Amino acid sequence: MEFIRKRLDKIRKPFNEGEKFERFAPAVNAFDTFLFVPNHTTKSGSHIRDAVDLKRTMVTVIIALLPALFYGIYNTGYQYFIQTNLEFTFLDAMLHGSKKILPMIAVSYTVGLLIEFIFAIYRGHEVNEGYLVTGLLIPMIMPVDIPLWMVAVSVAFAVLIAKEAFGGTGMNILNPALTARAFAFFAYPTYMSGNKVWVSEASNLDGISGETILGFLAAGNKIDYTFTEMFNGSIPGSIAETSTLWILVGAIILIFTGVASWRIIVGGILGASLVGVLFNLWGINPLMQFDWINHLVVGGFAFGIVFMATDPVSASQTQTGKWIYGFLVGVFCILIRVFNPAYPEGVMLAILLMNVFAPTIDHYVIERNIKKRHLRWESSKIKLS
Amino acid sequence: MSIDIKIRNGFNLNLNGEANKILSESERSKTFALKPTDFFCLKPKLLVREADKVKKGTPLFFSKNNPRIHFVSPVAGEILAISRGQKRKILEVVISSQKNNNDSVKFKTTNFKNFSADEIKDILLKSGSWPFILQRPYGIIAQPEDKPVAIYISTYSTSPLDVDFDFILKNKKEDFQLGLSILSKLTHTLYLTVDSNFPSFFEKFKDASILKVKGPHPAGNIGVQIHNHKPISPGEKVWTVKPEDVSNIGSLFKNGEFCSDRTVAVVGPTVKNPQYFTSKIGTSISSILKKIEVDKSKECRLINGDVYSGKTTDIDGYLSYSNNLLTIIPEGKDYRMFGWLPFKDNFIPSISKTSFSRFLNKRKLEVSTNLNGEERAMVVTGEMEKVFPMDIFPMQLIKACLNQDIERMEALGIYEVVPEDFGLIDFSSSSKIEAQEIIKKGIELIINEES
Repeated sequence: MEFIRKRLDKIRKPFNEGEKFERFAPAVNAFDTFLFVPNHTTKSGSHIRDAVDLKRTMVTVIIALLPALFYGIYNTGYQYFIQTNLEFTFLDAMLHGSKKILPMIAVSYTVGLLIEFIFAIYRGHEVNEGYLVTGLLIPMIMPVDIPLWMVAVSVAFAVLIAKEAFGGTGMNILNPALTARAFAFFAYPTYMSGNKVWVSEASNLDGISGETILGFLAAGNKIDYTFTEMFNGSIPGSIAETSTLWILVGAIILIFTGVASWRIIVGGILGASLVGVLFNLWGINPLMQFDWINHLVVGGFAFGIVFMATDPVSASQTQTGKWIYGFLVGVFCILIRVFNPAYPEGVMLAILLMNVFAPTIDHYVIERNIKKRHLRWESSKIKLS
Repeated sequence: MSIDIKIRNGFNLNLNGEANKILSESERSKTFALKPTDFFCLKPKLLVREADKVKKGTPLFFSKNNPRIHFVSPVAGEILAISRGQKRKILEVVISSQKNNNDSVKFKTTNFKNFSADEIKDILLKSGSWPFILQRPYGIIAQPEDKPVAIYISTYSTSPLDVDFDFILKNKKEDFQLGLSILSKLTHTLYLTVDSNFPSFFEKFKDASILKVKGPHPAGNIGVQIHNHKPISPGEKVWTVKPEDVSNIGSLFKNGEFCSDRTVAVVGPTVKNPQYFTSKIGTSISSILKKIEVDKSKECRLINGDVYSGKTTDIDGYLSYSNNLLTIIPEGKDYRMFGWLPFKDNFIPSISKTSFSRFLNKRKLEVSTNLNGEERAMVVTGEMEKVFPMDIFPMQLIKACLNQDIERMEALGIYEVVPEDFGLIDFSSSSKIEAQEIIKKGIELIINEES
């Protein structure tokens, strides 16, 4: 360890304060602090600090994403081999999926981090870790057959417009990963919906096709998947959204470590269930008749509510607000699914919509606190006089 | 036993190195110092020059905002130096004390039981005991012209390694009672807050209403207690006094001279014999440390106060005015590989559930001054509320302070907080923000705006 540290100190010398490449220090620091927690000590305020930092928080989210990602890689291969009727092993499926998905992740990280580094150097602050999560989320919510250049363009749009234009990490209003998906969805609709994008190679081979369950239902068809299949995730869909089981594992990691707000997740499930039950009672089209519990496990709802809605920057920031925000994400998700067949996947739009309204929710929660304080001031004034 | 103030949100950090219940006299200090910087927003005006002879109780400087408020010499001797910082700001007035010189300024207090509130204030001001009394809002020295709605005295200490006031005041019960009786004449109600878990002798005192407090740190912070008991409104003033200063006030009226007693606990994980010392206000730190053995293998930081809100000092420094605690912790100037892995390095104290450190015994915890990361934008929400037991939105208040939006700061409750209430937020923040510094600047802004 000592040896690596010494080498590192030597390499980074020209980037230190007062040296030739001082301006580029944020870029070097990003790598340095990835290896070592720096030797900085407290200067003011509390003399001791918690072991947790933003890096650890973000890495915890990445760990929570891994089960869903691995299943997504497997499912990509699985869907391909099932459709082509080829013999395959678990390893074949994983290899096929990796071949498809790892380049997407690489593109997403390269483009996104490049922009982040440029902005960090330009603005003179350190590189924030937020993109480590965003950069992994973006490929995970894309259809598997999307061309790599579209991933790159979506990433660039999300980081530039949704994040840096608002001032960078911590300031953005919309979730950057969902913005990337929304951009791709509206810019390249033929690559983001239909029955030719959800299964690997479907766009190239005539024999392969596959529609998401929600797409099926929106078209007025009946589906023949069992609940177990939908829960386990062996269905077509965006790469990592299909398996509620593995998403649940991620949710447990996030809640156990306290990184994600359980209030948002529970609120969202309550909201979606409530609207789902109401529609079941109404039941005039296949989407309304679709069992409320199935609504929770198909499409991107589970992934969205666990990994996207809980993004602390774009969600409500007050504890009460989180309940309301989560609940409304659930409500709008099912509403959009059922009422707007053009967008069978409602969760993306529901979260983006609530991202916009989160500050309003917070405003009313905080206003209530302020009002309470003003009332107390009034009554104490009466007492004093 | 009924509990009057119950605190739920917070965190008790148990560290190694708590002071043993041993009280001995500290080595006689050759120099003493009074530091105007110990008082928030004080603008001092000097009354003495170098080489002046002073008695114990001779005024050294006064507050420009209120010339009645005097700061007096804790010992008899000679002014050795007046050290100044940038813009000629006065940092320290150093006094060299002479052995066997007990000259002091005397006051007539024989008849104090019949004194009116104004007469009591007059004695407190002239004797230099007034700076013992602080006011809320802002945590500045109280204005003698005000009539406070209440005076709070907290004997419940919850910050890591903090002192036990039962032990400090064990031999000063009489003075303490006297101080309580005198202070109670200045206000409507005088509240004495005590630890609900330990029945202490504090509950038997007269002239004070007892409030039992229960809960983790920051339950011992007096601002948290006031907020959860009767939050203050604009125009209202509440005064606070530290327990040992109450007994100093009592002693003043008993003996007719300024009492500069200060009991100090030297604590910390690297201290081999943590214990209490009797000493005086402004004692040199080197004299207190003479009888202390410290683990020399590590570079250490000396803190005037506790680990959350104390001020860094060094061996040539002096004890802060109302401070009973001297904490010594190792500096953390080393690198740690892959520190971002969750559940790695559990020996570092952590509130976060990404570490197992909260399950560890205090002997296994290793505390240091390392920042354990770098400052980042505020991302994680909800973590501040977990350690902030007030009906206030801490993050929104911090942001209002950063924006210098006074109206919003008022609406969000700036009057009810002082920087030390944000000590745990500093500690637990994953973005490593300097909440105490931000709140301090916010309060300074309001004070400057008002004057």
